[in-house]
Order: sequence, then C-alpha cells, then structure tokens
Amino acid sequence: MSDATRSIAPPRRQGRPGRPVGRERLPVVALVLAVIAVAFFALPLIGLLWKAPWSNAWSLLNKAGSLTALRLSIVCSLWATALSIVFGVPLAWLLARVEFRGRGIVRALCTLSMVLPPVVGGVALFFALGRRGFVGQYLDRWFDIRLPFTTAGVVVAQTFVAMPFLVLTVEAALRQFDRRFEDAARTLGAGRWYVFRRVTLPAIRPALVAGAVLAWARALGEFGATITFAGNFPGTTQTMPLAVYLALESDPAQAIVLALVMIAMSFAVLIALRDRWLGAVTTPAS
Amino acid sequence: MSLAAHVSLSLGTFDLDVQFSVEPGEVVALLGPNGAGKSTVLRALAGLSPIDGGRIIIDDTVLDDPAADVFVNADARLIGVVFQDYLLFAHLSALENVAFGLRARGMPRARARTIATEWLGRMGLRDHADHRPAQLSGGQAQRVALARALATQPRLLLLDEPLAALDAGTRAEVRSDLRRHLATFAGMRILVTHDPIDAFALADRVIVIEGGRVSQTGSLAEVTAQPRSRYVADLVGVNLLSGNIIHGVLTTAAGAQIVSSYGVDAPTPDGSALVSIRPQSIVLHPEQPLGSTRNVWPVTVIDIDQYADRVRVRLDGPVPLVAEITPGALAALSLQPGSHVWAAVKASETTAYPSY
Repeated sequence: MSDATRSIAPPRRQGRPGRPVGRERLPVVALVLAVIAVAFFALPLIGLLWKAPWSNAWSLLNKAGSLTALRLSIVCSLWATALSIVFGVPLAWLLARVEFRGRGIVRALCTLSMVLPPVVGGVALFFALGRRGFVGQYLDRWFDIRLPFTTAGVVVAQTFVAMPFLVLTVEAALRQFDRRFEDAARTLGAGRWYVFRRVTLPAIRPALVAGAVLAWARALGEFGATITFAGNFPGTTQTMPLAVYLALESDPAQAIVLALVMIAMSFAVLIALRDRWLGAVTTPAS
Repeated sequence: MSLAAHVSLSLGTFDLDVQFSVEPGEVVALLGPNGAGKSTVLRALAGLSPIDGGRIIIDDTVLDDPAADVFVNADARLIGVVFQDYLLFAHLSALENVAFGLRARGMPRARARTIATEWLGRMGLRDHADHRPAQLSGGQAQRVALARALATQPRLLLLDEPLAALDAGTRAEVRSDLRRHLATFAGMRILVTHDPIDAFALADRVIVIEGGRVSQTGSLAEVTAQPRSRYVADLVGVNLLSGNIIHGVLTTAAGAQIVSSYGVDAPTPDGSALVSIRPQSIVLHPEQPLGSTRNVWPVTVIDIDQYADRVRVRLDGPVPLVAEITPGALAALSLQPGSHVWAAVKASETTAYPSY
C-alpha cells in the first residue's frame, strides 16, 4: 500500500471487536503443552550454561585439539553439503520428473539413511568402501584411494546421512512447481539448461536453501557413521561431536565448552537463514 | 508466411483430429466449448505436446511430422505464446520478463534491455518496467505477456484464452486494447477462446472445434447465417433445425415441417439439411394468424428472459424455438410460462442449407 492511499483511508480495525488480529487466544490445554515443549528444548541449554566453567572457558577452548576439531567439523560439513547439492539436486530431479519402474524403491533406498541408525550406516559404508570392501578394494588397488579413517571418509559418512534431507526437500519443491512456466520459457527460445538456470532454479531456491541447511545441520551433528567408518583420529577424523563425547570422559568442563560452541554456531546459522529462506516463500516482493 | 496444420493426438479416451490452415497475416480464432481440444491444438503448434499423427508446417518448414520422424523443439520454432494466466516469471521484473526471450537467444544484456524497454513503451507500460508481476493488474500482466512473446519476433503468435483470467469489469477494455495491439503484429495470429464475443471481436475467421473435430470454419457472417451445429447455433443465438429437405420443405425428426426460402439464390438440394431462423424473425400471435405466413405452429411458453431492450422467449411445440420480442410485445401479449400462443415465421426469413 502506498502512503497516499494509507493517509486517505481512515484507520480501521480489522476483525471482530475485542479480538484484535494476531492475538488469537490458544486453548489453555494447548498453551500449557506448548510451553512444556519450549521448556523441554530450553532446559538442556540452560543446564549447559549453568554448568559452564566460565572462568577458564577460553583456555579450555584453546586446549590442543579443540579448535582443530571445530575447524574439521566446519570444513567437512560444508564439503558434505556441497556434495549433497551437486548429487542431490539431479537425484531430486530424477525422482520428481522421470517416471520409471521402481521409482518408489529408488526413493526409499536413497532416503533410507535418514531412518537408519547412523552406526549401521557406518558399518555398511565400511563393508562397501573399506579397504577390503566390495568397491573399496578396487578404489585402493586401481586408484590408490583409501576412504576409511581419512578426512575424506568423514565427508563420505556425513554426505551419506545428510543428502536425503536435501533430496526430499528439493523433490517436493520440484513437484509443486508449475511446469507450465518451463513451457513458457521454452516457447521464448530457451534451451533446457537455460530454463533450469533462469526459471526452475529461482523457483525452487527457497527449498534448495532449506534443504541445504537441513543437510548441513545433519552433517555437522553426525557422530555414529563417522566414528564407525572414519574412526576418531584427532586432526584427521575427530569432529566436534566426537571430541565432545571423548572430552566427557576425560574433562567434562571441556566437553561443556565445546558443546556450547556448537550450539552457538548452529543457533546463529538457523537465525541468520530463517528470514532469508522463509521470507522468500511467504512474503511477496514489495 | 502461412500455416498448414493437421493435428492428431489421443489423450486417454479423448481423440483429437483437426485440420486447418492459416493465411499470412490472418487472425484466426479456435472457438469451442471447454474440453473440445482447443488448448491441446495450441500446445501441439507450440511444440509443447508432440502430435501422434498429421503434420504441422509453417511455410516450407516442417515442424512436426511423426511419420517422417521430424520434431522441432519448442525453443527452435519461433512461435510466440501468450498463456491463459500469462505465466510471467514471478522473480523477474516486467522488463526482465520481456527481455527473457532475447537473452535466451544469446542477445547481450544491454541490447536486450533496450529492446524490451521499447516494447514496454509500445504497450504503455514504461513506468512499470521495474515492477514484479505480482504488482501488475490483469490487463497490464497481459500486455507484458504479449510484449514478451512479440519481442522474440515470432512467425506465429498463439493466445490461449487471452481474456479468461480477467473479471467482467475489465474485460471489455482489455479486449479493445488487445485488439489494437494485435493489429500491430503483422504475422499470423491464432487465439483460443470459448467466448464467441472474443472470437468475433478479435479474429477475421473462426474455426469451431467440438469434441476434438473441426465442426465449422468461416467468417462471423458465414457462421451466424449458417451454423452447422447446435453448439454454434446457441453461441450465435439462432434457432437451428435439422431434418430432411424436399423441394424446400424441411421435415424434422419429430415430423414438423418448415417451409424455407427455397430457390431464392440457389435451391437447396434435396436430402439432409439444416434450417436456421433468427429469433427476431419469429412473430408471436395470441390467436392462430390467417395470412401469407407459411410457417405457423401452436406453441407453449417455457420461460422468459428479460434483457434491457429485448425479451427472449423459449417455446415448445412441434418445433422448439427461441423468439426475441420487445418488452412492449411481452406486455401486450401478457405472456408467462405456460401461455399458449402461435409462432409464425415467413419462409423468406429462414435459411436452408445442406448439412454436409
């Protein structure tokens, strides 16, 4: 609405009198349950903050290994996210657009790792890509590539559990997208790749960002598959979740500091991206 | 440039088979009820749905010929399309929408924007260049869609139900705008519509498609004078009777006889024929008229539709008819549903023609 129309129109209250818009009251039962849910998420965080060794937090964080684990976590999770996008978007495309026999089975297969216990995924990866594994032995023999117990192995394990989140989100967006916009672009002389870049991709971008964030979050928190497939070597495969777990046995104060760092980082990313990706879906351009 | 199209397609149980041609510079309307297959024909011409049989040729270029295994992709056909709900790209401004086709064909950005700006100016939308589609009115969005299609200099322009997305209040204005803008494009234009008013306002010639087949083609005058189907007769608002004609007298399936204007120009050959009667030609009498009128039937009023300056009366009798009379006549006859009156039509007011 422009300022002109706003000044002409008398200020009007919308909705029924006594029920201002945006203050709809929730039934008491639902409200109580919702508050319990919020507390359920907030309490563990408060517990950590309460137990945190604030006086020597900085020195604990600087302790050998902590920052290395943090850096490794960030680098590996970003790699896993990138790989999820590179392979996941074409996979989502295939599942959304190409009709073939057994599509349901392929979709189930590609998203199995979402429901699988991560340790099981790690074991499976080990027997497939390990040095004696069914594919791994040839990777080793022919290309001199060894994945288990390497940083690349961490990325593989994280991608394995993270990619389904991106695939499902992008596939849903591709299904919802009105393909007639692609038709319109074709009649204007655009080839398939140009249509994808200039029409389809902008339309599914919010879902792509959301899916990438989910995948990244999953990769960052990955524990089971990583420790099973890549092991726990400081500097090469020991990511933050692994470092937190180990520190809990040797030095609980350090575990708390590391945990808080992870929480702060995840929280910051969620808040920073929320408006960008939800905003693109809900608010029309103004 | 001319188009020769024979589109044959089956979509599940629906079977489409239409054949028509468009002459250089002609505006043709594909008119038909919903589900008749009009939009499918448009998609086939644009290259968005390959045909199963037939052939589509523009000038000497074969665009689609399944028998010869020829299919030119939509992006290489040089056919512009204005879609029913315009399908403007929501994330691009009006200007970027118009420039889209030029950019897609590899034109440098600055030059494409210059040309797009010219097009928006021509459509009276220079001030809306930076607006997103969501900020445009229906009529403005249509003009952007038209500019977007025309900017690529297509050899054929297709418009799918160009006025269907608009509300009644803006339709008339947008229709006359569209007519003006369509006139500036010299190439072939085909529009799909289910509304005869749009068809006759915008097109030189009408191709009527019913149930996947072409049922009639011709100018407004031709189609109105000699409708070939109940659908067309209803569209143009005339009475259509079918039966067998012998020496200018048509006998309907129900056994009623209509004396037609036999032999006025050329006699209608004996056999299966149609007779059309304009509602304005039917005279209603309270008593049986005695005079020179050849066609007189006792009829019962079924219902009465009053418009501003005329009244349409639906009649049942030996021959079901719609008569159009003045509000004055309605009052004088004190008609109401169930009234018994006599309907009379002079033979010279009927048009008989063979039904094939």
